[in-house]
Amino acid sequence: MASLAALLQGGGQTADGGHFEPFFPGLVVILPLLGFLLNGILALQHARASADAVRGGSELDLGDSSSRPVTHTLPTWIGPGVMGLAFLITLVNFTRMFGAHLEEPVIVHYWTWIATGTFTVEAALQLDQLSMIMMMIITGVGTLIHVFSVGYMRDDPGYPRYFAYLNLFVFFMLVLVMGSSYALMFVGWEGVGLCSYLLIGYWFSDREKADAGKKAFIVNRIGDVGFLIAMFLLYKNFGTVDFVPVFHDAEALIYGGGLVTAITLFFFLGAVGKSAQMPLYVWLPDAMAGPTPVSALIHAATMVTAGVYLVARSSVLFALSPLTSAIVAGVGAITALFAATIALKQNDIKKVLAYSTVSQLGYMFIGVGVGAYAAGVFHLMTHAFFKALLFMGAGAVIHSMHEAYHSTHSHEDAQDMRNMGGLKAFMPITWVTMWLATLAIAGIWPFAGFFSKDEIIWKIGEFGGAENAAYSGVYAVIWIIALAAAMLTAFYMTRMMVMTFHGTNRTGEEEARNLHEAPAVMWVPLAVLAFLSVFGGWVNVPEALSSGWAGLGGLLPMGEWLHHWLEPLTAQAHHIQEVNLGELSHSAPLVGGGEALWAAISTLAALAVVAITIRVVGGQTVVAVKEDKTQLTGFSRLLYNKYYVDEFYDRVIVQPIIRASRFCWKVIDAGFIDGVVNSVGWISKGSGWIVSMLQTGTVNTYAFILTVGVLFILGASLF
Amino acid sequence: MATILFYLFAGLAIGGAIGVVMSKSPIGSLLFMVTALGAMAGTFVLLEAHFLAAIQIIVYAGAIMVLFLFVIMLLNLGHDYQKDLKGGAFAVLSFGVIGGIAGLMAQQLGSTGLEDGPGGAAIDAAMAEHGAVGAIATELYTTYVVPFEITGILLLVAIVGALVLAKREV
Amino acid sequence: MITEALVLSAILFVIGTFGVLVRRNAIIMFLCIELQLNAVNLSFVAFSRLYGIEGQLFVFFVMTVAAAEAAVGLAIIISIFRHYETVNVDSFNLLKW
Repeated sequence: MASLAALLQGGGQTADGGHFEPFFPGLVVILPLLGFLLNGILALQHARASADAVRGGSELDLGDSSSRPVTHTLPTWIGPGVMGLAFLITLVNFTRMFGAHLEEPVIVHYWTWIATGTFTVEAALQLDQLSMIMMMIITGVGTLIHVFSVGYMRDDPGYPRYFAYLNLFVFFMLVLVMGSSYALMFVGWEGVGLCSYLLIGYWFSDREKADAGKKAFIVNRIGDVGFLIAMFLLYKNFGTVDFVPVFHDAEALIYGGGLVTAITLFFFLGAVGKSAQMPLYVWLPDAMAGPTPVSALIHAATMVTAGVYLVARSSVLFALSPLTSAIVAGVGAITALFAATIALKQNDIKKVLAYSTVSQLGYMFIGVGVGAYAAGVFHLMTHAFFKALLFMGAGAVIHSMHEAYHSTHSHEDAQDMRNMGGLKAFMPITWVTMWLATLAIAGIWPFAGFFSKDEIIWKIGEFGGAENAAYSGVYAVIWIIALAAAMLTAFYMTRMMVMTFHGTNRTGEEEARNLHEAPAVMWVPLAVLAFLSVFGGWVNVPEALSSGWAGLGGLLPMGEWLHHWLEPLTAQAHHIQEVNLGELSHSAPLVGGGEALWAAISTLAALAVVAITIRVVGGQTVVAVKEDKTQLTGFSRLLYNKYYVDEFYDRVIVQPIIRASRFCWKVIDAGFIDGVVNSVGWISKGSGWIVSMLQTGTVNTYAFILTVGVLFILGASLF
Repeated sequence: MATILFYLFAGLAIGGAIGVVMSKSPIGSLLFMVTALGAMAGTFVLLEAHFLAAIQIIVYAGAIMVLFLFVIMLLNLGHDYQKDLKGGAFAVLSFGVIGGIAGLMAQQLGSTGLEDGPGGAAIDAAMAEHGAVGAIATELYTTYVVPFEITGILLLVAIVGALVLAKREV
Repeated sequence: MITEALVLSAILFVIGTFGVLVRRNAIIMFLCIELQLNAVNLSFVAFSRLYGIEGQLFVFFVMTVAAAEAAVGLAIIISIFRHYETVNVDSFNLLKW
């Protein structure tokens, strides 16, 4: 209770933190939890009502949108409402922090969560520039997606349950980014994993979707083991898992030493699981089984970026280990290329976006892997804008397609792009906003993705070419891969847009009449995100670009604000780099050339790819799914089947585990253990039968046995 | 003199006890039992427990044994000369076990010599002051008055129980 | 004298026990139990010469309990006899498996 009071007072004791005065930071976390509780109660109410209806022999009729039961009207206000409030509070905090020059993180302490001997974990929130950026993204983009969900999930019977899960997810995500220690971060880390599982398997009556949820959960567990081991190592060596003391003490570690490499590698294993990197990316494409706004919020904008946040948060540790940094960047690069190639041949609109997300996450890891933590977080932010927009746009398309097929009771696939085509005539707003996001992700000037992706690619060269850099050959390869993957991104995104919105409509004549633009509650969030996708990148433009051609010679309001904003947090890591790596390179690897030049080259190349793709894909004739008889061959077939990675995992990992489990069940459990248990039973039964012979029913015998007992007791007590 | 009397009573008691166990007819057992009880009353007198000796004769040998006799007569037992003594291995085993018990007790009595306690002198003093009955009664109605009352309740319960068990179905 | 009385008590007790073990007639078994009780009484009286009058008081209580027990026990034997027409305990084997 006392802690609750502290929560409402706007924070207990605050550490010394310049002029920054936190404004109810606890409420930001508590509000989504409150939303979860309220919506959860409504969900239970609804479940009871529909169970009663089923018992009564009928199904609960939701009625049309004007006469919904209260369980389906209140979440509309609660779900987005708590998010909006949380966003407003975050905004106040953000503006306050913006005004103050915060050098040290502000810790808002509430209570001691774990206190065991030498190990204590405080329930405390850490407010600093990094967590503030993440809070802004989570509550801001989260609010938009909640609003979008009101339209998207309107007719779903599980409407209150959906919002309960979504609010719970935001709560855990905020704990993840705001927690002041790795332990608290882990709470959020596991919590978002749980919510991800719940929401992927949201339509759990569908076996395939429930299995996708399980897959996500299990694959994530592999990474979580790494996170835990890393935490144990931290505790063993520092005696604490709080961020501030750990990073302070980390300076004593040996640069490139085994310990820091082990810690960071295990943390990276956790990040690989959560952020769907090679080789644990397989769950993310399957996670598209959940509702599309969920894909936008959890599997594009926020949860999957937790791994990037983890690396950025632990920048001091990662900067100390050049080997881990190279592995992070290498895994990121391989994932970026690998996923991008798979995306080339997918026909499911959400699958394309899913592999695109995996690929873009790879970019973020390249960024944090080359020590450009600000660039990684920058790409995380811009990606949150345009990928959330793309997913929600895809959601609008699917929503429309679904209703079209629903009206004719057709069972065609509403997500297959071969069934779409020409949708721009029906959904102009979606079309325009999605094109803006596509150009952003493709890296076209002046959209957001251009600046963030370009900075990462540039930083690879800077870092890999540094005076004392290790593995500079590896970084050169990563640089080439990153450029190539950027071009692939431009291709598959344009292909998706062309197949979906251009050409002739393939939905079907009858169905096409029911295609329509999304309602305002859905397109307004799209428009907001479109604005951010266009201009969101201007907050972090290096001097070389903003004063050069990219900023029209300083004409556009651009600046390196984000970089400076994060400086208090990255300074320590950059200092370590400076000491150990020496002067950074000022030209691209292998061929040379400055930042402005390469930015121009990459944007022109991307533009060329977009233009060529429009012509090539637009020129191809695509046929609807039911008429599509194409047999893919060769490399296309390999790509279409995602390199058979799932099948490979199934053969090499899943099936052996199933066989081993079956062995344990049939032979060890049913045979051996049950045999032992049963034979104990048989022995008892048999010996009981023998002993029961003593039970003659005659009093004399009993008296005799009693007397023998007396003899024994007497003997025992005398000797 | 007392020692001779004691051995006389002891012999009677042991002989009576063996008779109880070995006698063929129930009436015979009963009469042997009365003999044993009487002999024990004699030893009580020799141990200066005069009151107990008296109620041993009155209550045990008198009342309780007569009750047994009534039951034997009532059930008309003793006419079947079926031998009800268990024989063979069981008897031998039983004998072995009780022999073991007896051996242990004898060993214990032999190894720890009894020392004289103050009890005898106290009892003698009390009897000199209050008489044989008074010596017990003083204690019984002061220190042990609650157990004494409870004993009364026990007897009441026994009477009711015996009535309920023995009467025919009404 | 006290030691001899205790020895006598032990002998009587053992004989009583033997009787309980080997007789089949319920009433005789009962008599043997009474014999055991009396053996114990005797040891109580003997010990009272060492430890005071409480030993005799115990004998008094034992006799009361024995009387109550005899009354109830004989009532039980009577009702059993009514049912089985015998007091041979070998016939009463309902306690068997």
